Amino acid sequence: MPPVSSRIDVSIEHKNAPEPPERSHPNTCPGCDSHYRDDELEAHLWVCPQCGHYFPMRARSRIAHLADEGSFVESSADLRSEDPLQFFDLRPYTERLAEAEVSTGLGEAMVTGAATIEERPCELAVMDFAFMGGSMGSVVGEKFSRACDAAAERGVPVIAVTASGGARMQEGILSLMQLPKTVCAVEDLHDAGGALFTVMAHPTTAGVLASFASLGDVLVAEPGALIAFTGPRVVQQTTREKLPEDFALSEQNLRFGHLDAIVPRPDLRLYLARLLRLFRNGAG
Amino acid sequence: MAPGEAELRLRERLGRLRSLPLLGRTGLSGELERLERQLERLEAEPTDEEIWRSVELARHPDRPYTLDYVQRLLDDFVELHGDRGRADDQAVVTGLGRFDGRTVALVGHQKGRDIRERTTRNFGMPYPEGYRKAMRIMALADRHGFPLLSLVDTPGAYPGVAAEQHGQGGAIARSQAVMARLGVPTVAVIIGEGGSGGAIALALSDRVLMQEHAIYSVITPEGCAAILWRDAGEARKAAAAFKPDAKHCLELGVIDGIVPEPAGGAQTDADAAATFLGESIAEALEELDGVSGDELRRRRRARFRSMGVFAAPRAV
Repeated sequence: MPPVSSRIDVSIEHKNAPEPPERSHPNTCPGCDSHYRDDELEAHLWVCPQCGHYFPMRARSRIAHLADEGSFVESSADLRSEDPLQFFDLRPYTERLAEAEVSTGLGEAMVTGAATIEERPCELAVMDFAFMGGSMGSVVGEKFSRACDAAAERGVPVIAVTASGGARMQEGILSLMQLPKTVCAVEDLHDAGGALFTVMAHPTTAGVLASFASLGDVLVAEPGALIAFTGPRVVQQTTREKLPEDFALSEQNLRFGHLDAIVPRPDLRLYLARLLRLFRNGAG
Repeated sequence: MAPGEAELRLRERLGRLRSLPLLGRTGLSGELERLERQLERLEAEPTDEEIWRSVELARHPDRPYTLDYVQRLLDDFVELHGDRGRADDQAVVTGLGRFDGRTVALVGHQKGRDIRERTTRNFGMPYPEGYRKAMRIMALADRHGFPLLSLVDTPGAYPGVAAEQHGQGGAIARSQAVMARLGVPTVAVIIGEGGSGGAIALALSDRVLMQEHAIYSVITPEGCAAILWRDAGEARKAAAAFKPDAKHCLELGVIDGIVPEPAGGAQTDADAAATFLGESIAEALEELDGVSGDELRRRRRARFRSMGVFAAPRAV
């Protein structure tokens, strides 16, 4: 029987964010303690050349890696979050937003736009965990929805790369409403004959997993990514259950039938290109 | 009539007006302003105390649960069991019954009344199997043209090892996707706790209502407090900040209306609460009568796709 604390359902927010390694530099590998410069990691697609650990990949780097050079045309870049609840916890939401914008150089936690991969056109919707834990608020929901519409109009697939702690608490119930919103956008895309491919990066959790991310026609994940509705810490705290060793990681998700494949980062571009060729509907 | 009902109806109309697209550029904006002024006079925002009172009432151990309403509102109820794959999740009740002279399909969360039943019902927290059972009944409703009624009352989807292994996130996503495709009228009512993904999985409906003291939120107050205040004891502050009460949900356009409760809360008089609930559901179904499946789908999706608040400096 679950303890009384089972009421504490923190199943949708940032709790899945990896604990920040204690004061170690973000470019220090948690796997083998090797340290790298940005350009070294960028050249290795943010995979540790020594031990193979996957560093988080920022949205811009991801797009630069996946899209044909110069092909990416960003859309909806000017959308910005508002603060409908005047949300204030220990700090105001507006301050957290401003800080995230300055520190990431992004307007929100998702970057969308048209691109080609190996000359096949697609629409990209790439999340960035560095922007408030990749949390999904109104802007992420709107950007994703618009990306689906743009893809339907152009008759091309959407490729979503997810990395998110879940819905953005600071927007209250409106952040929960981004789940049905993005679900409806995918259903509209599907009705228009469009396809969605989801690439789940670490971590893909809670509200994003429980909405558009899981609705891809093809679902793949990076190795070792946490893919969970509720992350291990909260599961442990609320249920006191013993956790299996690879609990909620890509590998377990694949074994239980929730993924089509685990694709190493260096192979992702050609894997997606193959999918784009398979879904081209006879054209080209 | 419950106290404050005039105000509830007013807010209901306001919520509807606000949800219309392009409102600012139509003649309706005059009425909106008038209603808003009227509302300001009627009552200010719910206070933090009132919000917390709703949290307490929504979780009250004597509050009527799904089967209490089924018993009072549906004739010839036949409960249907099992997801046809793995299990019969007791945290979700599904079935068919006669409501207002027609057959409807029901899906709802179910909490337990005593310790034993609470355990069987898993405190109203479904496993993926519960959502798969619900999806089965949704498909059945669609096949036979039965309107779908959802009664939502869950702290959240169950956060456990097996739940994850059986695909909790994917089940919640797919349940919403099934609801987005239904060609029959759908009405959801939050009758207690509308807990996050576990709630929205059953609530992507044409009409979404909330009982006066129900709550609907992206996270529990305790969960939010634990993360943002780093102290689950700050739940009152968290609730005051994210405003899970019915009035705020109506103002934000998330729900279509508020179902009055007897004075003091639904737990004081389950029969009266059921009467109010039945009237509201009948009214909602009536509004959806005669609308084609395609049109229902189109409007339902358009409605959910319009949700959110954001700024677009270079407006499109």
